[in-house]
Amino acid sequence: MLHIFCPHCGELRSEEEFHAKGQAHIPRPLDPTACTDAEWGEYLFFRDNPRGIHHELWVHSAGCRKYFNATRHTVTYEILETYKIGEKPSVTAAGTAEKKASDQGVTA
Amino acid sequence: MSNLINVYQQRPAAAHAESPLFHAGLEQLAGKGSARAGVTVREKKLLGHLTLRGDAKDPAFAGGVHKALGLELPVALTLVAAGDTSLQWLAPDEWLLIVPSGSEFAVEQKLREALEGQHISIVNVSGGQTLLELTGPKVREVLMKSTSYDVHPSNFPAGKAVGTHFAKSQLVIRHTAEDTWELLIRRSFSDYFWLWLQDASAEFGLAIKA
Repeated sequence: MLHIFCPHCGELRSEEEFHAKGQAHIPRPLDPTACTDAEWGEYLFFRDNPRGIHHELWVHSAGCRKYFNATRHTVTYEILETYKIGEKPSVTAAGTAEKKASDQGVTA
Repeated sequence: MSNLINVYQQRPAAAHAESPLFHAGLEQLAGKGSARAGVTVREKKLLGHLTLRGDAKDPAFAGGVHKALGLELPVALTLVAAGDTSLQWLAPDEWLLIVPSGSEFAVEQKLREALEGQHISIVNVSGGQTLLELTGPKVREVLMKSTSYDVHPSNFPAGKAVGTHFAKSQLVIRHTAEDTWELLIRRSFSDYFWLWLQDASAEFGLAIKA
């Protein structure tokens, strides 16, 4: 069983207290009426399905009942960090690619 | 908009009130349980439960609550109490205030007055939930059987309160004193939890206190 850190409660809690709520960082168009059907459809229905690092929305449904974001590796299921809504993730796919490259001695 | 609108006495003095565990007949069961009970259950029934929401970072809100209740807003996963009144953290912007039966209307009005003009919410949820107090040396064993949350004193000292999974359902566990725990349960789950607690505490000996 996984332990997930709830940034609101400030401690590790059992996985069963949480629910995943899909991809994070999807801003609602500020003026929906000005959207084309394609743009609105993109916003409503289309989600990323990466192999690797993914930023997701989770909710601590049995605890504080608040939403937060989690960065999860979709292959290993490792939860690399959790952070509050409105904050920026510190672990990103671009960041890890860079690190990997520098670890291998490749300079950008 | 004024915070003083649409507030009324929800517990008329003349009305007959039944707690969610009325049907269990706890009064009749009191004193009939095991003589050396490891677990003693008491329903703290018909208390005033108020859900308070507001901005914890706003000094005017924290100050208003302190002025009205004489209690500081508790930080995450804790509860503060003074006499029969307790204030518990539920979420970053939500607290549960439990006051003696019958005083919730007056307390709500006092709070609304102190928080006048602020963006807040106070909801009387007294009818929706109840408190079960568990005392005795074996309570922790019963909790360990029922929840995956770590109830060891090093992780769960007195004064802490967490919402978690319990017996395949959900509730709030409050550790109010050494060997004294409270379960905050939904009205509709009260019968289920009562049956569960009878079963879970059977091996330790169960007594009922009215």
